[in-house]
Amino acid sequence: MSTAARPAAARRAGDGPVVTTNRPIRRAGRATPYLFLAPFLVLFLAFMVIPAVYGIWISLHDYNYLLPGKPWVGLDNYTTLFDSTSRDAEPFWKSMRATGIFTVISVPFLLVVPLGVALLLNRAFPGRTFFRAVFFTPYVLGVAVVGVLFRFMLEPTIGVVNYYLGLLHLPQPAWTTSMPWAWISLVGMTVWWTLGFNAIIYLAGLQDISADLYEAAEVDGANKWQQFRYITLPGLRPVLLFVLTVTILASANMFGQSYLVTQGGPANETRTAIMYIAQTGLREFRQGAAAAMGYILAVALILISLLNFRLFRTDEGES
Amino acid sequence: MTASTGAAEAIGGMQENLRPSGGRGRGRGPGRVLFYVVLILLGLVFILPLLWMISTSFKTASDAVSQPLGWIPTPFTSEAYKPLASTTSQTPVILWFLNSLAAATINTVLILITASMAAYAFARMNFPGKKFLFGLIVGTIFIPGFILLIPNFLIVSDLGWLDSLWAIAIPSAGGAFGVFFLRQIFLSLPREIEEAAWLDGANQFQIFLRIVLPLVRPGLATLAVLSFLTNWNDLIWPVYVLFSPNKFTLPPGLSILQGAYSINYPVVMAGAVVASVPVIILFIFAQRHVIASVARSGLKG
Repeated sequence: MSTAARPAAARRAGDGPVVTTNRPIRRAGRATPYLFLAPFLVLFLAFMVIPAVYGIWISLHDYNYLLPGKPWVGLDNYTTLFDSTSRDAEPFWKSMRATGIFTVISVPFLLVVPLGVALLLNRAFPGRTFFRAVFFTPYVLGVAVVGVLFRFMLEPTIGVVNYYLGLLHLPQPAWTTSMPWAWISLVGMTVWWTLGFNAIIYLAGLQDISADLYEAAEVDGANKWQQFRYITLPGLRPVLLFVLTVTILASANMFGQSYLVTQGGPANETRTAIMYIAQTGLREFRQGAAAAMGYILAVALILISLLNFRLFRTDEGES
Repeated sequence: MTASTGAAEAIGGMQENLRPSGGRGRGRGPGRVLFYVVLILLGLVFILPLLWMISTSFKTASDAVSQPLGWIPTPFTSEAYKPLASTTSQTPVILWFLNSLAAATINTVLILITASMAAYAFARMNFPGKKFLFGLIVGTIFIPGFILLIPNFLIVSDLGWLDSLWAIAIPSAGGAFGVFFLRQIFLSLPREIEEAAWLDGANQFQIFLRIVLPLVRPGLATLAVLSFLTNWNDLIWPVYVLFSPNKFTLPPGLSILQGAYSINYPVVMAGAVVASVPVIILFIFAQRHVIASVARSGLKG
């Protein structure tokens, strides 16, 4: 077809007005959209939709990968978790507690420290882009590299951290094998690893706050703290909610740090819910029980997320 | 990072210009000095552990643990990198590296192809079921990765992919992130160019391939980098679906290496360096795009 065919092509556009820029291009064959969608939909169905439904089915059966029979057990996999005499109840809730402890300790640091870094970066100075990249680099590395590195640095006798503490005549704790040091190690390395991610999101939020507001405040004689309290924090509210939600989910998903650094120890104190679920379903091959645990953790997370949104909304109403 | 979340949703513009915020950071004298002291100390906290990793990887096993600990390896040696090159040991790091490279590359290419096609359909075409399908895809954003862990293990097992690279390369391409990310970018393109091409007689697929894709190259590059990083760094999934030492990717491999060389720290650190180099290089080149896409993610609300 050449440009001479233009009117014909335009007419063939069919039912609606000939060419309207606000509409989707809808002159292609009926099958075309589905052909464009097909490759993705195959993957999406196979590894997202089907497993999401299949998981529920698994959790309602005494599903064991290694055994031939997979009898229907209804809600037994769920109720057994609330029966303190059952095999999984005690260790599962202990692991849920570990996830909860980690989330409660880590989230405040992961909210506040990156905000401080973002405030530092939110000023004009030479080398700003460089420093921004430096703070972000650990996040790019992934948990495995960060995990083996911290385990080495935190080694009680030969690790570099205790070496310098020794030079300063400070106590040299067993970072990865004693309480509460194991939690401090895991939270500390998590802050080091993911600080850049939250800081970059905060920084974008700070950049979004109009400079005029600060100028007006300065004219009115507001000091730095007042500017922070009454301009920066309210301006960051939507970003804060986003960071809070994402951070709680990430902390509740904690796996790699414990897996590599404390191996769940001491005495399974730092074995997180995800570790126990994976252990049950993918090492002991008791998939039915593990799937049920996953849904219980998910319900807990949904409740916490809803609570978040509620809290933030009430806050907004008040201020 | 779990396979489904990626680096959070990134929306819209690829460029991001930093501006100084008015009224802040204009201090002089002692305030300025304090600012730089804090900044540099903080910078050291982030750089020194990485330097320690690199420095240790060039030490001998005894130098790495003998006090006083030093930052300069004496003697300087690349001995620790030698065992990594063996393909027959229980810890064939070179194979893990190649496995990671292959899996992450296939995964990235698969995501670019499938997500861009689907995103284009959602951005530019009308069809029955569009709302439902898009709603379904949006819905899966809220499914936590651990819910899929057990059923996906069984699905991958049925496909015969356990202990194979397909298990690492394929399933996470079913995630919704790429479709959202690219749809947003397609929506921001002016339609006139596509209209003109249509009038010139190009079909939908030609328009997509020859006109639209070249226009969104920066967006494709960003998605490629994010996908590659996510796949390269994933730990929990390969830990449980790969069993043979020669099939491992680097993250589960490093955990084995840590056990196998529990007193030879330079080898473990050399392994960590090998796992870090590609992503650091990628980050240096794509730094601006990666940071911009993360920065955008918080602003959409």
